[in-house]
Amino acid sequence: MVEAVRAALAFTEPLWGWAVQSWQWGWSNFDDPVGPMLAEHVLLSYASVLIGLALAVPLGVLSVRYRVVYPPVLGGVNALYAVPSLALFFLLLPYTAFTPWTAILPLALYTLAILVPNVVDGLNQVPDHVRQAAVAMGFGPLRRLLRVELPVAVPVIIAGLRVASVATISMVSVASLVGLGGLGGVILTYGFARDFAAPVVVGIALSVALAFATDGLLVLAQRALTPWARDRGPARRGGRSARRRIPGTGARAREEAAA
Amino acid sequence: MNIASEVASWFAQPQNWSGSGGIPVRFAEHVYYSVLALLAAAAIAVPVGLLTGHTGRGGFLAISLANFARALPTIGVLTLVVLGMGLGLTPVLVALVALAVPPILVNTYEGVRGVDPQVTDAARGMGMRGGEVLARLEVPMAMPLILLGLRTAAIQVVSTATIAAYVGIGGLGRFIVDGQSQQRIEQILGGALLVVALALAVTGLFTLLRRWVVAPGLRRRAAASSSTAS
Repeated sequence: MVEAVRAALAFTEPLWGWAVQSWQWGWSNFDDPVGPMLAEHVLLSYASVLIGLALAVPLGVLSVRYRVVYPPVLGGVNALYAVPSLALFFLLLPYTAFTPWTAILPLALYTLAILVPNVVDGLNQVPDHVRQAAVAMGFGPLRRLLRVELPVAVPVIIAGLRVASVATISMVSVASLVGLGGLGGVILTYGFARDFAAPVVVGIALSVALAFATDGLLVLAQRALTPWARDRGPARRGGRSARRRIPGTGARAREEAAA
Repeated sequence: MNIASEVASWFAQPQNWSGSGGIPVRFAEHVYYSVLALLAAAAIAVPVGLLTGHTGRGGFLAISLANFARALPTIGVLTLVVLGMGLGLTPVLVALVALAVPPILVNTYEGVRGVDPQVTDAARGMGMRGGEVLARLEVPMAMPLILLGLRTAAIQVVSTATIAAYVGIGGLGRFIVDGQSQQRIEQILGGALLVVALALAVTGLFTLLRRWVVAPGLRRRAAASSSTAS
């Protein structure tokens, strides 16, 4: 038993050395490459997801109102999702050069494949009696959409945003192959090119931490935007039932595109 | 207009279709890497998803690990394994497996968890054991979601396998990476179009598979629920 523990410790010892070395490298280089590149990572991923959301909401609203629009829109965003991001980055380079747009435009397009179906599912899920109550109160179509339908759809839309943001944050690194990848730059320029593991570990760890922190922020945003789900009882219950419905429609299951 | 005709002439050149760097060979390499990675990921994720879904134990842990893997940057995983083991196929496979496991695992787990408890209770009442309930009831009923997870993973793997070219091996990514270094846009576009074609073929294949593997009664119900959803 003691032998086994000792053997396990001996096996993990290089890992500990690694972790300590990575921590020290990340800490002592925070001012120069790590901090600014983390900031770039935040900028690129948040801008992509926000632009994706700004495109997905009108597309989703149109798809719900005019049902014939939905199949071609869905086919289009799914086909885009299959284009390798590497190719899109390279193809944009002649036009947008080394500006952030070269990374943001493809990443924003990828989020559409996750966000559009979620906006559509969320709006379709608005109960009919709720819609009728809004009509009876004299709400016009636009006010009904902004004040009733979209707020009721918030949990499903945020479920999509959570998947899209984790996917985008992990994909930003691919843009480092064209010199724009946030923490991917730490991984490639300081790790790959110099055959040094510590920057790679730092890049991965910060990227994962950013993804989890963003996920937490979105959960908080959902709680703030849907006070009625809190009042009804434990917030968990509302969240869980909303989540339950999503797997069947594939919204939660839809995953990040990559590379 | 101009660029489209250049891409068309790239596809028309016979030397692009022959030899070890030709389209058929690169296509076959790409399919080979993708199939290997998908099979390895399925061999890990499907059993774990079925077991945790069936017993209800360890589900939280499995889903948390899947979410963690989902947040890993593929470039980072690839680089780390390259630094540890050198260039070659292994780093690419490790990175692709890490990418493919989460969608398969999450969907398999949700598929089994989503089976109506009344149905499994009825099966137990008829005298089925745990293993029988899993094999004859839960797996068939979870099949639409398992296939969805496999399809999502397959499309991601196919489009990400392009980065194999960065660590010195083949696949369709060669056209994209070499096209960039030679400043030949038509070749980048040609490579990207081939990857998209492969992804569409994968989607078609899974549609056929679904027709074969999913029980007719479930198929009708899934069709009905997806038509009300959309």
